[in-house]
Amino acid sequence: MTLLDFARGPAMQFAIFIFVFGIVFRLVGVWAMRHKRDLSEPRQPSAWKGGIHGLIQHAWPYKPFRDKLMTDYVIGYVIHLGLLFVIFFYKPHILFFQDIFGFGWPALPNGVITAISIITIGALVIALVKRLTDPVRRLISNFDDYFTWFVTTLPFVTGLATAGNVWWHYETGLAIHLLSVWLLLIYFPFGKLMHAFWFGVSRYTTGSRFARRGGMA
Amino acid sequence: MKEQELTLGEELRRQGISRRSFLKFCAAVASSMAIPASMVPAMAESLAKARRQSVIWMSYQECTGCIESLTRSYTPTLESMLFNFISLDYQHALQAAAGRQAEDALHQAMEDNWGEYLVIADGSIPLKDDGVYSTVDGHTNLESIKEVAEGAAAIIAIGTCAAYGGVGAAKPNPTGAVGVDQIITDKPILNVPGCPPMPEVMTGVLTSYLAFGRLPDVDSKKRPLAFFGDTIHDRCYRRPYYDLGLYAKSFDDEGARKGWCLYELGCKGPITYNACATTKWNQGTSWPVQSGHGCIGCSEPNFWDKDSFYKPLSAGQWGSAEGIAIAAAAGVAAGAAAAVVSRKHQDNLAGGNKS
Ligand code: SF4
Ligand code: SF4
Repeated sequence: MTLLDFARGPAMQFAIFIFVFGIVFRLVGVWAMRHKRDLSEPRQPSAWKGGIHGLIQHAWPYKPFRDKLMTDYVIGYVIHLGLLFVIFFYKPHILFFQDIFGFGWPALPNGVITAISIITIGALVIALVKRLTDPVRRLISNFDDYFTWFVTTLPFVTGLATAGNVWWHYETGLAIHLLSVWLLLIYFPFGKLMHAFWFGVSRYTTGSRFARRGGMA
Repeated sequence: MKEQELTLGEELRRQGISRRSFLKFCAAVASSMAIPASMVPAMAESLAKARRQSVIWMSYQECTGCIESLTRSYTPTLESMLFNFISLDYQHALQAAAGRQAEDALHQAMEDNWGEYLVIADGSIPLKDDGVYSTVDGHTNLESIKEVAEGAAAIIAIGTCAAYGGVGAAKPNPTGAVGVDQIITDKPILNVPGCPPMPEVMTGVLTSYLAFGRLPDVDSKKRPLAFFGDTIHDRCYRRPYYDLGLYAKSFDDEGARKGWCLYELGCKGPITYNACATTKWNQGTSWPVQSGHGCIGCSEPNFWDKDSFYKPLSAGQWGSAEGIAIAAAAGVAAGAAAAVVSRKHQDNLAGGNKS
């Protein structure tokens, strides 16, 4: 078995197994906990509106903080949109999903994907530098933050190198790229990447709880 | 003068082939082997001085496709001359002799040219149950390859089977088939994989062996670098469409005819090393991707076992999808168990006051 066969077969199956297991485990584990009942008198009837408001509100920096936070938001958007486009609109990736789901969708030209990847890697590097140079941020960062950055950046770098075929052997490069993605999937449920699932839940919950008590998200 | 003693140059003159066309042939081989043009005169000179080379061709678990490919594709030109020039002392599909006579010829050739003959092998060699699955003249292929290899100057494994086991070694590999280099480890071995292999590679390798007296430079899989240095994808004329993201969706659609990339139809060009895209087949007429079918990766080890030929390279290889359902179920169970523990913890924190 070559490294590529290993990456396309057993390694992929194992990674997806852990990914699905981990995500279901985390979701069920949290949702099946006892949820504290809010005994206070609701200050307004439809707190869910506050929840929705919370979702929208936090998608852009709050005015008083805008000067301070704008760059971080923009970098965050670049990284996340970059991830979205590269993962879901690169033809070989679509073919991977098509094999699983049975249907595909239109792709972006490879050159565009390459450009997006480079920009995204740039944004990821800036984010890391900001984290390392800002004393407060550095203080509140732990292993999870850095490892999350690492497993997110690695597939971009290996993927770009594979598409550009800068490896000694293309098939080894492709295998390394696949393995880097499987590393991401395996780590995903157990670290901060899980925010992909939690961010909506937590923003909604914060928003609706505040609203219930007559506050603003 | 005995035929045995004629040099290649003399043989060519005898057949009325001009020096000019001989030089042209050398230049063509040199360029295909990435030998610098400045070396051509020297190469021609030493080639002209080359003596008849004894070649012993051993066929093991094979389909005769390799020898078909090599013998049928030669136009009556210098290439075929070269094949006539070597002394093919044993090849059981081509030789006139049969049975005991043939085996005697083999042993005679080995004895006469001990230490100097070239072994060409096609077909895989079964190892399971002491190799009983393929025998010639009462000897297993395993015994045979060990015997002929002993007095060989070098071995050329022709075709994917001799190189890596090929179809014989495909799952579940019932005969325990392997390639030559899994058995012989103390001789120079060169692999010319392909199912079938390209005749031009054979010409190049033989010519350079005759001219320089050694096998050409090889890569990590023992393939001549000059022919196997690039992937099909690196040299594919459909590559610009790959880069643009334009892919044929079926074998005869508009895109396929316009020359769009066949990646989506399962082309394995990106992971296949061979010279098809540049040398082409049938005297440069065409090659698989040009005629509209993706590369199936026939020159790579285990290409039979890399899932469907028509599955895109980026799609995974699933044993079965059941694993995902099991993973989800296990996740629910583990999640519920974790929640039970958390609830206990919550209750303790709340001092038994269940809210
Ligand atoms: S047809 Fe195959 S070898 Fe040619 S560019 Fe497409 S994927 Fe590569
Ligand atoms: S194009 Fe690929 S499958 Fe076809 S002969 Fe060449 S290497 Fe083999």
